[in-house]
Amino acid sequence: MYSEKVIEHFRNPHNYGRIEKPDGIGRVGNVVCGDVMYLYIKVEKEVIKDIKFETLGCAAAIATSSVVTDLAKGRTIKQALEIDNKAVVKSLGGLPLVKIHCSLLAVDALQEAICDYLSKNKKPIPENLKKAHRRVQKSFRE
Amino acid sequence: MKEIYLDYAATTPVDSRVKKAMAPFFSEKFGNTMSLHSFGQEAELALEQARKTVADLMGAKPNEIIFTGSATESNNLALKGILFAKLPIHKNQRSLIFMDGLHIIISAIEHPCIMETANWLEKQGVKITRIPVDKDGLVNPLDVEKAVTRETILVSIIHGSNEIGTIQPIEKIGAVIKSVSRKLKTKIYFHTDAVQSFGKIPIDVNKMNIDLLTASSHKMSGPKGAACLFVRKDVKIEPLLHGGGQEEGLRSSTVNLPAIIGFAKACEIAKREMKSEVRRLTKLRNKLINKVLKIPNSHLIGHQNKRLPQIVSFWFSFVEGESLALRLDLKGIAVSTGSACSSIKLEPSYVLTAIGLKPEQAHGSLRISLGRQTEESDLDYLVDNLSKIIKKLREISPFK
Repeated sequence: MYSEKVIEHFRNPHNYGRIEKPDGIGRVGNVVCGDVMYLYIKVEKEVIKDIKFETLGCAAAIATSSVVTDLAKGRTIKQALEIDNKAVVKSLGGLPLVKIHCSLLAVDALQEAICDYLSKNKKPIPENLKKAHRRVQKSFRE
Repeated sequence: MKEIYLDYAATTPVDSRVKKAMAPFFSEKFGNTMSLHSFGQEAELALEQARKTVADLMGAKPNEIIFTGSATESNNLALKGILFAKLPIHKNQRSLIFMDGLHIIISAIEHPCIMETANWLEKQGVKITRIPVDKDGLVNPLDVEKAVTRETILVSIIHGSNEIGTIQPIEKIGAVIKSVSRKLKTKIYFHTDAVQSFGKIPIDVNKMNIDLLTASSHKMSGPKGAACLFVRKDVKIEPLLHGGGQEEGLRSSTVNLPAIIGFAKACEIAKREMKSEVRRLTKLRNKLINKVLKIPNSHLIGHQNKRLPQIVSFWFSFVEGESLALRLDLKGIAVSTGSACSSIKLEPSYVLTAIGLKPEQAHGSLRISLGRQTEESDLDYLVDNLSKIIKKLREISPFK
């Protein structure tokens, strides 16, 4: 049911753990549905220098978290905001249809972390990011 | 890599003795039980012998056993067949539009093939009551009594839970139904889905006041494709499959003799080995429970001892069941989970929520089911890997 890449990321997830004093945190998901992701970023000169995640969830949730951190690491904030769930799914060599929502969740987590970073540093937040933030906050429950 | 199968509640490997018993019925004794000639007679004779063996394991008479193709079919036949037989006859035809005057009671933790059949019947107008269970998954017989109305025609309660292993007080429920039937001067039938318990623990349909019972071959080291419904003599039931009139007209279809022969052989072995196997599995199961509960934040699901010898279920805080089951699979261990993430509907198991688990708790559930090939070293290998995997998944999880 899962691709080899999903299993590989699930077996040996990249960048898991916590960053002490992060510049931004994204918390998304819902324990009732089964998946909760925390994503931490460390930013230097608008570049994501370090990124880590913590995820409670299925294999797909862990694999998408892992892959989104790979995709965002070393990128500028602007570049990171361009990462969408299609890129996540592609990097994983596909996801079962019922697990596509995990890739959306991973992208939400990244965007939330960036949104948190921008707001803490009093930087302008793009309109679509604000909108996404309101949507994500509505469903978040831990 | 090691391969350890601990999902016997899903299905079991066919016992080699069963396979051997079945072998001649594919190309040598291949006759159709309905044929007049010697091939047919030979098949018919074997079928009736098999019927006797299966009936014997539940204290029934051979003519009270209807062979079917699956437990799902048996359960459908039990609910729909009893209901259809109760419909009023108008101009020699049963009228389906009168279904709304009839009532069926089931428990909240039935297998989907009872649950979905009941849901379908409800859509046709039949009244359905789903009796809740307590935190151990037990039905209170008094709740069954309270739910009975003058319209009640059937009560169907699962014997041993496929998900949590809890065994219902079937004998007490049977007695309650019998007495309330007498009080109401009507006959309320009692059906039990004994798929996980038949061949595993003793069952006596007379002692337990059971009118209908479903049993399945592939859960007890027999082949897939054979199951049965016990229907007590004089219980009126309508067939679902009409045709050549096999099984006393109650289940038309060419008889799947090799599978039925295998089913009967499995029953014969179960009868002989049940006592020692119950003892062996109960001991293994209790050891397993003790060892698993040593893992921090682990919880047993279902009743402490009113449970099948072969089914155990746990939930673990801060981990998700699909991840757990998949990581165990990568270590060669096959188990199952009631987590939403592993289901097509993305909903947690209704059995687990019925016993009061919150969805987030049900997500962390794991069912381990033992069988004839299970040895203590298998369970040690499981526990060792389980505790390592849980530790790792909690490292990844935001909650610890």
